[in-house]
Amino acid sequence: MPEQLIWGMEVFFNGLMAGVLYALVALGFVLIFKASGIFNYAQGVMALFAALTLVGIMEGQVPFAHLINAIFGTEIHHFGWHVPGLLAILLTMVVMIALAWAVNQFIFRHLVNQEPIILFMATIGLAYFLEGVGDIMWGSDIKKLDVGLPQGINGPIDELTYNIFNYGFFIDNLDLVATLVAALLVIALVIFAQYSKQGRAMRAVADDHQAALSVGISLNFIWVMVWSLAGFVALVAGIMWGTKSGVQFSLSLIALKALPVLMLGGFTSIPGAIVGGLIIGVGEKLFEFAVGPMVGGATENWFAYVLALLFLVFRPQGLFGEKIIERV
Amino acid sequence: MLDQTEGFVTEDGRKIGPVVMEMKNITLRFGGVVAIKDISFDIREGEIRAIIGPNGAGKSSMLNVISGFYHPQEGEVWYKGAKRPAMKPYQVARQGIARTFQNIALFEGMSVLDNVMTGRFRQMTSGFWAQALWKGPAEREEIANREAVERIIDFLEIQHIRKTPVGRLPYGLKKRVELARALAAEPSILLLDEPMAGMNVEEKEDMSRFILDVNDEFGTTIALIEHDMGVVMDLSDRVVVMDYGKKIGDGTPDEVRNNQDVIDAYLGVAHD
Repeated sequence: MPEQLIWGMEVFFNGLMAGVLYALVALGFVLIFKASGIFNYAQGVMALFAALTLVGIMEGQVPFAHLINAIFGTEIHHFGWHVPGLLAILLTMVVMIALAWAVNQFIFRHLVNQEPIILFMATIGLAYFLEGVGDIMWGSDIKKLDVGLPQGINGPIDELTYNIFNYGFFIDNLDLVATLVAALLVIALVIFAQYSKQGRAMRAVADDHQAALSVGISLNFIWVMVWSLAGFVALVAGIMWGTKSGVQFSLSLIALKALPVLMLGGFTSIPGAIVGGLIIGVGEKLFEFAVGPMVGGATENWFAYVLALLFLVFRPQGLFGEKIIERV
Repeated sequence: MLDQTEGFVTEDGRKIGPVVMEMKNITLRFGGVVAIKDISFDIREGEIRAIIGPNGAGKSSMLNVISGFYHPQEGEVWYKGAKRPAMKPYQVARQGIARTFQNIALFEGMSVLDNVMTGRFRQMTSGFWAQALWKGPAEREEIANREAVERIIDFLEIQHIRKTPVGRLPYGLKKRVELARALAAEPSILLLDEPMAGMNVEEKEDMSRFILDVNDEFGTTIALIEHDMGVVMDLSDRVVVMDYGKKIGDGTPDEVRNNQDVIDAYLGVAHD
């Protein structure tokens, strides 16, 4: 088999794995958009905030340490304990649920029935606010996140491919874990939305507020639940990205990569977010591999957006999105 | 005959029970506009109670007061023998008061089956986590609820469209799905906001038959709003007539039909 093709296959698989990580972020967008019609610009920042909080709790950092020290002239930074990974994740989830409650209570409860663009603007505000709070709360330095996920080259795959192609594929263990987690997450979310009482109520609220009220659904409860779910997905994405490339501000920018994913997959489809993520991941890696050297590389920075642009022109609702029909 | 607290038996032999809901001196204002002015009436268990009146008489406002969408400035709502505090619509729904809407409020993107299933929200009592994990009680509950829903779907003859997204259905069927969803809650009181509005004669006859059958089969107490006099008179046991936010008549269809104020309101009267 020609070398180029074998390398291409490796690139393809790595693209799939990268795509899974994009899909994880996109999933959070889809959830909120489906359930409340809000395009949540803050989803990426929520992932950053979740990762920051997780690291902070694990390291026993004192929240708002700088602020406290500045006001009281103290010198505290750490509680002096370390919290094990799993417990820290649970505690972070509690923080994310509290955040969901606050977001609903102080912002979106007051913006019911507003234009989508106003809700969108509110989420931009939320994004910058949350970014600042994350900074003040946990500090702005780059942090290492290690909750015990396996990392580094996967031995068996390396060996297997070496035996077949005489060339070992480099597949990161972390990417494999991310794939597994994403798959489980999607299955769980789909089952939840389709068959559970709360899931059905979530879809009902998205569809018609009045009708939802008339069958006894509390809108506020559902909204807090949806934002909590989005917080949970953000946490998962934050853990994966944080473990991969460290917890730092640029984490919030991966949200931008989720945009082309959503345009491809459709804003309202959970499977769409996955397939869109995979296409973008594979597409940009293969494109970089095949065309990159000819144009001087760095195609990964723009490929996804160009692809999304083409989709906007020819299929604006995305691959899986609901077709836009207007009755006249 | 109507003042007996224990109820009475109608001419066609149906047993009407005691008062289940009582509206006492309800007044509702929107700014300076008085939508409902000092109206009192009651609803008895098992009866079909109609609220009629010309357009703008305040009928829908009254229904919205009952279902908690509006809160009257004055007056009290008594439900099952207790004064009801100011409640949110979803709390009213959880107390067993189901309703339909004049302009149809269905979940357009969901199938007929899912729409009717949401009506069972009140009956689904297993906890959030049991639901999330889809374990034991949650699963049994879903199956039991599904059976109840299928009975209602059969009853209202919408089996053939069970899986169809509601958005694709014609108007008449949507109205029927909305009735099914309200019925799925096994309500103590079923509120119907203009169930025949915009229907042709045949659809109206179908809807009338379903309303009577529901009342007959499940013994559901029904309060409905209509401005089509003919339909109302055939359906209901007792009728409240409203005009300009005031109550101008209350009684059996025959009594109301012969009430001079009602005749004036509907046919018009010369003012001098």
